[in-house]
Amino acid sequence: MNDEHPGELRGDDQATPDPIGGASLRLAAETGEGSQELAPADETSLVELAIEQGGVLRLPESDALDPDAADATFGAGETMILNIGPQHPSTHGVLRMMVELQGETVLRSKPVVGYLHTGMEKTGEELTYVQGATNVTRMDYLSPLHNELVYSLAVEKLLAVEIPPRATWIRMLMCELNRISSHIMWAATNGMDLASTTMMIFGLRERDLVLQFFEKVTGLRMNHNYIRPGGVAADLPDGWEDDVAVVVDTIGARLKDYDELLTGQPIFRERTEGVGVVSAELLLALSATGPILRAAGVPWDLRRSMPYLAYEEVDFDVIVGTSGDCFDRYAVRLNEVRESIRIVRQILEKMPSGDYRSEDKKVTPPARARINESMEALIHHFKLFTRGIEPPEGEVYVAVESPRGELGCYLVSDGSNRPMRMHIRAPSFANLQAVPAMLRDGLIADLIAILSSVDPVLGDVDR
Amino acid sequence: MPVARSWNGLESLSHNFLTGKLEDFVRWSRRSSMWPATFGLACCAIEVMAVGGAEYDLSRFGMEVFRASPRQADLMIVGGRVSQKMAPVLRQVYDQMAEPKWVISMGVCASTGGMFNNYAIVQGVDEIVPVDVYAPGCPPGPNTLLHAILTLHEKIRTGEILRRRERTGAGAGVDLAAEVPGWTQPLATPVHLGTPR
Amino acid sequence: MAPSGSLAGQVPELGGVPSADSSGDEVFFPTRASYVSLATALRRVGFITCSDLCAVDYLTHADRPLPAGVQPARFEVVVNLLSHAEARRVRLRVMVPEDDPVCPTLFSVYPGTENMEREAYDLMGIRFTGHPDPSRILMPEDWEGHPLRRDYGVGRVPVQFKEAPGPR
Repeated sequence: MNDEHPGELRGDDQATPDPIGGASLRLAAETGEGSQELAPADETSLVELAIEQGGVLRLPESDALDPDAADATFGAGETMILNIGPQHPSTHGVLRMMVELQGETVLRSKPVVGYLHTGMEKTGEELTYVQGATNVTRMDYLSPLHNELVYSLAVEKLLAVEIPPRATWIRMLMCELNRISSHIMWAATNGMDLASTTMMIFGLRERDLVLQFFEKVTGLRMNHNYIRPGGVAADLPDGWEDDVAVVVDTIGARLKDYDELLTGQPIFRERTEGVGVVSAELLLALSATGPILRAAGVPWDLRRSMPYLAYEEVDFDVIVGTSGDCFDRYAVRLNEVRESIRIVRQILEKMPSGDYRSEDKKVTPPARARINESMEALIHHFKLFTRGIEPPEGEVYVAVESPRGELGCYLVSDGSNRPMRMHIRAPSFANLQAVPAMLRDGLIADLIAILSSVDPVLGDVDR
Repeated sequence: MPVARSWNGLESLSHNFLTGKLEDFVRWSRRSSMWPATFGLACCAIEVMAVGGAEYDLSRFGMEVFRASPRQADLMIVGGRVSQKMAPVLRQVYDQMAEPKWVISMGVCASTGGMFNNYAIVQGVDEIVPVDVYAPGCPPGPNTLLHAILTLHEKIRTGEILRRRERTGAGAGVDLAAEVPGWTQPLATPVHLGTPR
Repeated sequence: MAPSGSLAGQVPELGGVPSADSSGDEVFFPTRASYVSLATALRRVGFITCSDLCAVDYLTHADRPLPAGVQPARFEVVVNLLSHAEARRVRLRVMVPEDDPVCPTLFSVYPGTENMEREAYDLMGIRFTGHPDPSRILMPEDWEGHPLRRDYGVGRVPVQFKEAPGPR
């Protein structure tokens, strides 16, 4: 597919904007139903059929039960619509794929989502701002701290409060550790999907190290409710530097096990190299972000390009792939773990001292001991936990770089203590749109490898 | 009055020394090699995987084989929130499992709907399938899940679980009002969606 | 990476479109009729990807602050665009009235809005003309109602110590 798209976008030389007419129509055609003039299907190569007929199977699910009833005209050869999931060991959650197969070749496909829809955006409107972090943290459950971070940043932008530097650096530390645990968990499940059960055991072992540190700091292994509007919930415990040093040293050393197990293995390489290739242009048009975009060659990382927290003060590289296949996505994530370890080591040296949450009484509850001494502290505590924060009217959009891509929060406040609208821009929701293009004219055996390399987390997709 | 609607295995035989020993053996084999069906839905699924990992090894209980096919599975660990769209799928997978089968409702979302008391989540998976053990937590740590699994093993070891089923006829397709005298359907409070706020 | 000046200078289609500054973000308020051509123009200038498209229901907050020349409506379709070259975002807010909840689709300009518009239809009831697959995405296909609307109840069942919300 790369030959069809010369002049792939490179982040740096964006001087020539992409001419709207041709490219956009072509991209819409590739994802849409295609043009109306078709040569007979027997005379068209599969690649051309991909462009003509598009990669996305736009068939209502009820019609898929009786394909003869569907209005689908295909060329020579019979096609079959196969349903994969939602209960499936390898779909990374409750994702359902409807794929149209010709023999073993995947023609069009449709990811069907909604099996984990939790109404979190509606629940978010019922909870106060103080409680909101508990809700959003369960969306992308592999990187809960990023969800909490984006929500807290959005609330703080509405409130226009300053967060003390130590709180910012603690947030950065926790988020980078969460990135490590999320990517390692991805590597574990990816390895298991490609039949390397040992990788699953290795990955879970490493991830457990990080989770034990999280439990020490936040009280919970997952879904921490630690990063809250105003700062973080509690300071890092004594001896945290040693704990973090042990974690990153152990994981850094064990990464070479993964190289031995996966990167150098001919079976893994053959199953992932050249599989699921998609161009950067298509990914940008489909709003895909994160490692899949970087694997296709676009050096876009919000931590570098639109920095938040204190990412301008730490040194790290943005990992960019070349060909946009499954192996590149794996390599990008593995190297991002190395870069996160590098960031964590710098945070260990540079962590400032000070408050772990803002002193602004309208945002942060006072220290528990003060409630006994000061009437004002008691009143503030009471008001904050019954009524909550009341930001001024307005709307903001804040985005961070989660392990899956751009995670955004669009928050609308009407001046009361509950959000009027809280919308989370989920990276996996947009990344899934790229899956039909990746599956197009691959084999069904590649479907699992490709789906796994996209790293969808269905909690994020369905919210 | 025990309701012997089907061949309940050895439980329906009158006991002597030999069949008692055989029953113990059957119960031991059932609990020592109980294969879970992969039914991880959300965050709890990650903790199920952690239990299967090296730190909290599930393999010491003979349960590390997570079977994707419900036909080959004994135990359904419902890990995660069950949405309205997923509920029929859950029931279908449960129906496809062969007897004897057990259900652990893992986490608060599966047990009662959890923190998501709204239109989208089924308030407790026991509205759809009969549950044997409830494991609380959000998500329950691996130790809690292991406790739940071991509780289930204990229930099987003592035979309590199948005695209860026999009494109430719990399972698919049983009309409780007809079978158990004096049983009435508990009233559910109707929830009107779309009620003006 | 500071954004390079106001967009209105670079994009002639932005002339006459009301704008506002929201906590440092640039927001424009095109009408339904001109919104697709405005997005097309912005894409030509470098906003190559649409980060997010969502719908908001202002039923309970109809008197929100809006710039002059914008007629408030019940629904808004909010589009966040992102330019890689300049590392800047711009936001478009389109008013969609309650009695005619229809909006043109951005699919032909940004194919990545396909799923987002389906979600806006599913949860908020706004139909997008020209969308290739206007069907529900998150709720079951036969669900009635649009759950994220402000007049759709949360659907909370009464539990001990917390009864179901009554009518407001």
